Amino acid sequence: MEATKLTPKDFVTDQDVRWCPGCGDYSILKQVQTVMPELGLERENIVFISGIGCSSRFPYYMDTYGMHSIHGRATAVASGLKATRPELSVWIVTGDGDSMSIGGNHLIHLLRRNFDVNILLFNNEIYGLTKGQYSPTSPVGKVAKSTPMGSIDYPFNPLALCLGASSTFLARTMDRDPVHLREILKRGNTHKGTSLLEIYQNCNVFNDGAFEVFTEKSTKKAEALFVQQDKPLIFGANGEKGIKLDGLKPVVVDLNADGVSPDELWIHDEKDKTKATILINFFDDPAKEGHFPRPFGVLYEEMRFCYEDALALQMAEAIALKGEGDLDKLLKGNNAWTIN
Amino acid sequence: MTKTEIKNDVVILFAGDSGDGIQLTGTQFTNTAALYGNDISTFPNFPAEIRAPQGTLAGVSGFQLHFGSVEILTPGDASDVLVVMNAAGLKANLSQLKEGGIIVANSEGFDAKNLGLAKYPEGVNPLQNGSLDKYKVHSIDITKLTRSCLAGSGLSTKEMDRSRNMFVLGLVYWMYNRSMDSTIEYLKEQFKKRPELVEANVKAMKAGYHFGDTIEAPMTRYEVKAAVQERGSYRNIMGNQATAIGLVAAAKKMGLQLFYATYPITPASDILHELSKHKNFGVKTFQAEDEIAAITSAIGASFGGNLGVTASSGPGIALKGEAIGLALMLELPLVIINVQRGGPSTGLPTKTEQADLLQALYGRNGEAPVAVVAASTPSDCFHMVYEACRIAVEHMTPVFFLSDGYIANGAEPWKFPLAAELKDIHVNFAKNTLQPGEKYRPYKRDDKLVREWAIPGTKGLEHRVGGIEKENETGNISYEPENHELMVKLRQSKIDKIADYIPLQEIDSGPESGKLLVLGWGSTYGSIKTAAKEARLDGWDVAHAHLQYLNPFPKNLGAILLKYDRILIPEMNNGQLIKVIRDKYFIDAMGFNKIKGVPFTTAELKKKMTELSVKIRP
Ligand code: SF4
Repeated sequence: MEATKLTPKDFVTDQDVRWCPGCGDYSILKQVQTVMPELGLERENIVFISGIGCSSRFPYYMDTYGMHSIHGRATAVASGLKATRPELSVWIVTGDGDSMSIGGNHLIHLLRRNFDVNILLFNNEIYGLTKGQYSPTSPVGKVAKSTPMGSIDYPFNPLALCLGASSTFLARTMDRDPVHLREILKRGNTHKGTSLLEIYQNCNVFNDGAFEVFTEKSTKKAEALFVQQDKPLIFGANGEKGIKLDGLKPVVVDLNADGVSPDELWIHDEKDKTKATILINFFDDPAKEGHFPRPFGVLYEEMRFCYEDALALQMAEAIALKGEGDLDKLLKGNNAWTIN
Repeated sequence: MTKTEIKNDVVILFAGDSGDGIQLTGTQFTNTAALYGNDISTFPNFPAEIRAPQGTLAGVSGFQLHFGSVEILTPGDASDVLVVMNAAGLKANLSQLKEGGIIVANSEGFDAKNLGLAKYPEGVNPLQNGSLDKYKVHSIDITKLTRSCLAGSGLSTKEMDRSRNMFVLGLVYWMYNRSMDSTIEYLKEQFKKRPELVEANVKAMKAGYHFGDTIEAPMTRYEVKAAVQERGSYRNIMGNQATAIGLVAAAKKMGLQLFYATYPITPASDILHELSKHKNFGVKTFQAEDEIAAITSAIGASFGGNLGVTASSGPGIALKGEAIGLALMLELPLVIINVQRGGPSTGLPTKTEQADLLQALYGRNGEAPVAVVAASTPSDCFHMVYEACRIAVEHMTPVFFLSDGYIANGAEPWKFPLAAELKDIHVNFAKNTLQPGEKYRPYKRDDKLVREWAIPGTKGLEHRVGGIEKENETGNISYEPENHELMVKLRQSKIDKIADYIPLQEIDSGPESGKLLVLGWGSTYGSIKTAAKEARLDGWDVAHAHLQYLNPFPKNLGAILLKYDRILIPEMNNGQLIKVIRDKYFIDAMGFNKIKGVPFTTAELKKKMTELSVKIRP
């Protein structure tokens, strides 16, 4: 049977999109709807599950199956769905508060179990829906509704947290770079296992410009390091800077002045956990002297068995061993007696 | 010469250190008695701590069993025979022994060290100081006798001592003239790979049996004839086991995958242990990272068209509250099992209570009605959890199934059904019957007010559900005032309508109308039934009805309550069902409450029934 040819329009619902005008969520929705037809999936086999927060309205706007669940639990809902319906393509949409504050526990456990699902983590470093409190990714000193004197909560580096939770696919992208976003969405979909996509998303109402150094033309090239498999780490306004590994110590080199050739630079390898650990920890405040650029792209990928597959194997093994369950035998047990 | 007495029923309590194999001894005697044809009811009493120090009162493990030639409905108020392996076992249980009862004591467990651990004053040994004169005491050095019968077996002293429980079991088999065959079979199976242990245990058991014949101070033997039971096939079953099997049966009958997600908690974990053995039935068990993940993953599974079930005890149920609300907004099937224990907070994890009824009925934000059913006995767990699954799927709603520590761990013979005899459960996944251009309406309802179960993978029925209030029929987000009120009322009416699909309430025993009706629910069934029967034998006008459906109530309940002068509601809580009954039927019911973490005794219930009957006598 020929697969139905779908277009981005087929993924648009009749619901009014209710995000604030100018919110980064619009771009992400658009890119997701754009790549969907290219993924070779049937619409009825796609499920979007979200928690609570601005980003979690997402499923209402995707004409697939969807559930807008409760705060922090999308990851757990998805686990149960994927465990029982492994053939479905399951997408989790969550925010920084939803996934790392109230839902932190489920996130780390989903990652270690490595269900084959995709997590779109919209990080805007703020609580938007509740109108502007600092979040677990807000930087120290963040002045928000609940922190008039500045936040004293040390923030998570989401990718470092997820790597620590044995994530098998880690990528970072941004709302303002549609091409990159689409590429990463496709990579995430291809990965067998949990893919965690951290998407920098601008909340123009409560945290405008939180990522502008990475997203705006004037600074993007210098501050954002776009990594590609087997390619050297190069950045800078004119691609004049590179990163070299001195043992395990990363060093920024000036390609013009230091006379370093690109082959001597750190060559990106998604499969190298040690390198990924160093790369993911490029998380300095861009205002800090001598800081490293923030990496974007697929930072780490590993192949590991998925929970739902291991479960299916055990089920098959149990049947091979004991035969298909016989209810009458189960009801009877091992110690039955009869009264005549 | 030993003499033999005939008895209608006997309560034996085995007690000793948790390492003494007490539970095994009790279970073996239970199986043998059941096979013989006695009616039986049992209850284990585990220490609260896993590794309580040996020999201490905190470390006492007990197993009470009540068997007879008559109908047996409870593990018994007090015991006729107390078998104790050490001083702590005696001290912890002596108050439960009937006057004139028999004590079989392992005298080696009453040395200075054990007496000290059991907190007897220095120099006091109850076996020797005459304090037990009102009982028939058999002090036997079981340790020494076991060791000497196993001398030359090549086993270490420690290993030999592990067979002491078999010596005791043999002796008790002798007392009640029971065959050792089924235990021998069990031992052969259990120690398949260690024939030397089979031999030692059988030898110790036989030594115990023959010791009865040769004992110098003669022991009485008893005859407890087989009970007259309905014809049919029986097995012995514990409540948690019955719950697990009930879930498997329901899933199998509906042709759905069972997804059981839970987080370890006493006293519900045994359901998980049992279910995890049945993967060949398509049962998927999921030990979640916490209680919330357990229920929300079950909701995910239900969304996908599976039978999603979660279980816990009170504290865990409290954590699940928000998600129960989600499930009822989504109108998806979900079974929530609460094996109740003493509360609040951590409360009394290993003790029993019925104090989570109001939590099940009301413990959520907003107007959030769900169906609630409860089991009355260990085997009734099978039937009622099966009913919970049926209601959940046929009415697209979360359903609470309430059990408690008492019936979860208690056991009784069960006349088990054949698979073919089980009620059919109708699962109707939505099919795409849309006309071109027609939009799917996920919240369109049938005449039961139930919406369709449209599962992912069904082409053309793609739709979104969520916890936000939704517009009637379309399911779209709606903040309209009129719509919200309508939806709240619809969700309530949907639950109320379940009353049309459950059995009418019956009077369990006693007159159909009259002076006193005792209305119970849950695990108090056996003791209320026994007490009511005894009260009637004394000439009192007492009837007993027991609720299995707590929300909605059976349609005829109100009419039944009007047929009696007084309604007595005994509960192992501070009065919960009574609040609901008073609220719903404006009936001045009387409560009788016990909140001690232990079940009602038949005697205290009978006393209450009698007192009340005296008062309402014309
Ligand atoms: S509050 Fe912020 S994140 Fe939320 S919709 Fe508005 S702009 Fe977007």
